Amino acid sequence: MAADFSFNRLPCNERAEVEITIEGHKVIALEGETVAAAVMHSGLRPTRTTAVSGTGRAPYCMMGVCFECLMNIDGKPNTQACMTEVSEGMVITVQQGAREIGGDRL
Amino acid sequence: MTGLQQYDLVILGAGPAGMASAKEASEAGLNTLILDEQPRAGGQIYRNIGRPILQNRSILGEDYYVGESLLAGLAQASLTHISNATVWEVTGDNTLCFSAEGMSRQVGFKKLLLATGAQERPVPFPGWTLPGVMTCGAAQILLKSSGLTPVEPLVIAGSGPLLLLIACQLIRAGVRVEGIVETTPTANYGRALKEIGGAIKGWRHLLKGMRMLNEIRRSGVKFYKCATELRAEPGSDGNLASVSFRKGSTLHQLECQTLLVHQGVIPNTQLGRAIGLEHQWDEVQQCWKPTLLENGCSSHPDIFIAGDSAGIGGAIVAEIQGRTVTNEIVQQLGLKGKKDSEIDSLRKELADQLAIRPFLDYLYRPLDMFLRPQGETIVCRCEEVSATEIRGLVKQGCVGPNQTKAFCRSGMGPCQGRQCGSTVTALLADELGSNPSDVGYYNIRFPIKPVTLGELASLSQPAQDGTVK
Amino acid sequence: MTESVRLNRGSSDVAVIGGGLVGLCIALGIQKQGQQVTVYDEGDVALRASRGNFGLVWVQGKGDNLPEYARITRLSAQLWAGLADDLTQHTGIDIQLQQRGGLFVCLSESELQKRQVILEQMAIEHPEGYPYEVLDLQQLREMIPDIGPEVAGATWGPEDGHVNPLYLMRALVARFESLGGKLVNAGRVSNIIPQQGQFVLQTEQGDFSCNKVVLAAGLGNKELGPMVGIDAPVFPNRGQVLIAERVRPFLHYPTGHVRQTEEGTVQCGDSKEDVGFDTGTTTEVLAQIAQRATTMFPLLKEVNLIRSWGALRIMTPDGNPIYQQSKQYPGAYLVTCHSGVTLAAAHAGPIADWISTGSADSAIDLEKFHGSRFQL
Ligand SMILES: Cc1cc2nc3c(=O)[nH]c(=O)nc-3n(C[C@H](O)[C@H](O)[C@H](O)COP(=O)(O)OP(=O)(O)OC[C@H]3O[C@@H](n4cnc5c(N)ncnc54)[C@H](O)[C@@H]3O)c2cc1C
Ligand SMILES: Cc1cc2nc3c(=O)[nH]c(=O)nc-3n(C[C@H](O)[C@H](O)[C@H](O)COP(=O)(O)OP(=O)(O)OC[C@H]3O[C@@H](n4cnc5c(N)ncnc54)[C@H](O)[C@@H]3O)c2cc1C
Ligand code: FES
Repeated sequence: MAADFSFNRLPCNERAEVEITIEGHKVIALEGETVAAAVMHSGLRPTRTTAVSGTGRAPYCMMGVCFECLMNIDGKPNTQACMTEVSEGMVITVQQGAREIGGDRL
Repeated sequence: MTGLQQYDLVILGAGPAGMASAKEASEAGLNTLILDEQPRAGGQIYRNIGRPILQNRSILGEDYYVGESLLAGLAQASLTHISNATVWEVTGDNTLCFSAEGMSRQVGFKKLLLATGAQERPVPFPGWTLPGVMTCGAAQILLKSSGLTPVEPLVIAGSGPLLLLIACQLIRAGVRVEGIVETTPTANYGRALKEIGGAIKGWRHLLKGMRMLNEIRRSGVKFYKCATELRAEPGSDGNLASVSFRKGSTLHQLECQTLLVHQGVIPNTQLGRAIGLEHQWDEVQQCWKPTLLENGCSSHPDIFIAGDSAGIGGAIVAEIQGRTVTNEIVQQLGLKGKKDSEIDSLRKELADQLAIRPFLDYLYRPLDMFLRPQGETIVCRCEEVSATEIRGLVKQGCVGPNQTKAFCRSGMGPCQGRQCGSTVTALLADELGSNPSDVGYYNIRFPIKPVTLGELASLSQPAQDGTVK
Repeated sequence: MTESVRLNRGSSDVAVIGGGLVGLCIALGIQKQGQQVTVYDEGDVALRASRGNFGLVWVQGKGDNLPEYARITRLSAQLWAGLADDLTQHTGIDIQLQQRGGLFVCLSESELQKRQVILEQMAIEHPEGYPYEVLDLQQLREMIPDIGPEVAGATWGPEDGHVNPLYLMRALVARFESLGGKLVNAGRVSNIIPQQGQFVLQTEQGDFSCNKVVLAAGLGNKELGPMVGIDAPVFPNRGQVLIAERVRPFLHYPTGHVRQTEEGTVQCGDSKEDVGFDTGTTTEVLAQIAQRATTMFPLLKEVNLIRSWGALRIMTPDGNPIYQQSKQYPGAYLVTCHSGVTLAAAHAGPIADWISTGSADSAIDLEKFHGSRFQL
């Protein structure tokens, strides 16, 4: 993961920590934050590639209206990362193009 | 429909408008449900106000923490509050569907209040889809809910009071800003001055604006005024690498890893559109808004709208409207509302708060390149359709956005036109030599937020209390 | 405004009223014959089956109550590849035609049996041969591994296929205009006045005249028909359609209820409701469609629905098309059907020829489609 894209964390009020996995790397997120925030903090960019042309995209609006933050969250493809809160043990990967369905068989 | 849980009032959105409404409704004794898709109440301005994350309260400023009292009002109200609940359908027979925790539920209402707020205006320009370009509001959301600041070097580009506020908040947070590229067109200043009367009435807002400008000046951050030809450029990895723009006769280029953009906010009309409520084009604010009676009632007699989703007025206006419109609902349901004198004074306060709007609207009217992009600039981010392609469809006989949608898929992706709708209308108006009002808007269809087929299928099995899994 | 002072905005050999699939196909076919055709259509928002349909080029079971309808359907299916090639070649637009066969999936044994009876009967009525197969779940699974366990089976029609109906519309417009055809979005044609062997069309933007007029206005034909002495008892029948997000290819063949487009989106549909001119959607019907689709393909349960709509079919009392020239005003034609995608190639070919030359192809007995059958 290119650490040079990581968003910086300011001094925060007390929050429980949550361990999640982003693209195979274990990272610490704060309880109550969104997956998109955790991903930006981790420095991952792009966070998806489009189904149309395969170009890279990353979260744009953070409030659920642009659908640029679609990622694979706990095996669920095309999930809005900015509308999903982190939880312990969550596994997050880049959404590559169109989503898979029906598991690995396809 | 029988068997569904019924409410006197369902409020959609727990921002200032929704929270204020909730308090009024519960005080009047209405059986009320408030739904919001966020995990915590607050809306956009007071996002995460229940558990402020930043140790340093001066970063966001006191205007943010004002929201604590509204939240307290909501907490004390006796009503049902469901968070993480996305409303995806409202039907004409006074029922709605929402999805929460992977499960959809249907409830019935006598009256519905849409307090779904605003979204930032889509800002198409070359390179706006690059990873690393995001909205100012997005950066603020990261700040308010995660205490995060964007990766540097950082440039902020655009126009509007919210841009100045967010720039100040980031500067206070210690972020190094390479430059603020202000795109407010020169001509706007002259036009806005004609509205100075209202601005003077709203002097408090004006003063806030000047303070922010001063704060930016004092910080030493470079401020490029009246910039044009904004363009974001990728590096070899496909991510944002720099931003270029013209100021006067000079072309500037700044290297950056984050570019925050903003051109004001527009009402979130998605749900109202899908319901089929009447909307109208607001030429001054350059956006669509629902057609409302003075009492906040939409073209459906049981659906009311308050706050920024009724037309941009800001947080205080949203809060007051939340109260006045709810009072109207209370009375229509045959209960005793507020005293006339109380309502009159609220109305007066509303008028005072709105006095500055024309000045702001004329001053911050976006540069033409953002409203009517040209060339290869992507208009529909989801389906990757360019301005040239949309413009070209007029020659193929398209006279409206529903025809262009059918021809090139613009507006058919997951965002359902939220990021391209206003631009497509503007482009068609441009090519046809008509105006947005005549061109019209996309027919928006349910669900207004994606819901899985499995979740939808589960609604076909009748269940007790309207809960289906 | 009196007729004499109304502006005459232009004239053409043939005027086609209605810019949906039916009107455009016929217009293209006639324009190809070298006659000057103008299509008159409404603005951005109108009742348009052509923008809300399911995109099937569907043969199996069509015409179970009228063998001639089955024949024209099959003829059209055969002509379809030629139409698609012509469009793609001249416009560069890939309309995504695939005719690898299609499946009608049945959820219960009784449903499957009913289908089988219909198709058996049709095979008897068509001595030239009527190809189909009945598949049980096991056989079906070999074709579609992701078929659900609760499915009873399916009927297979080797002549079935599908197309992208929106790109088809776009390509038809482009091809028609490139041949010199004119498309006028003049709003509703409010009146047709037969005048000395010609016709004057009145619109919001003035009058237009023509030698021949083709009424292809979908549901609008009901109102327009009597103006040229043709009774068109068409009525709306709503269908609701769901579109789910793009997914990797999983469904190689279109089915009567679910199909995967070339973009990867999944369409689910096939509801039939008699609800007047309401193009809305209802939770109940959408939920039923989703229920059916996810029973057929359980893997769809997790896929996001991103859009839905209701659109109105143009139905006749017996469900079959009307192709008719006015006796009272020769030169005025009415065309309507509820399978405008399937019949596109027939409309652009033999039906257009019939209108432009005045005599019908011997392969089809167009008299069978005369509207007088409803007056019995
Ligand atoms: C990103 C952003 C940041 C902003 N920051 C500021 C700021 O710092 N200061 C300021 O003065 N103004 C800010 N504004 C302007 C803001 O719109 C108003 O100040 C104020 O928040 C409007 O209040 P409201 O109650 O009308 O709507 P909002 O506060 O926007 O509340 C609307 C609520 O509705 C919910 N909602 C929307 N659709 C659905 C649905 N389908 N189902 C369920 N819930 C739904 C949303 O989750 C949201 O919580 C911001 C606007 C945006 C878009
Ligand atoms: C849900 C659904 C699914 C379907 N699925 C399939 C399928 O899979 N395969 C298939 O073959 N068929 C299908 N169909 C049917 C097919 O869509 C129609 O048969 C076909 O689109 C009809 O085309 P049309 O041109 O007659 O009508 P329309 O598309 O309705 O066009 C009529 C046009 O006439 C215009 N008009 C009306 N009145 C006037 C007037 N007075 N003046 C000027 N213009 C006027 C209208 O604006 C409109 O543009 C489906 C239909 C529906 C509703
Ligand atoms: S970042 Fe826009 S929807 Fe998530």
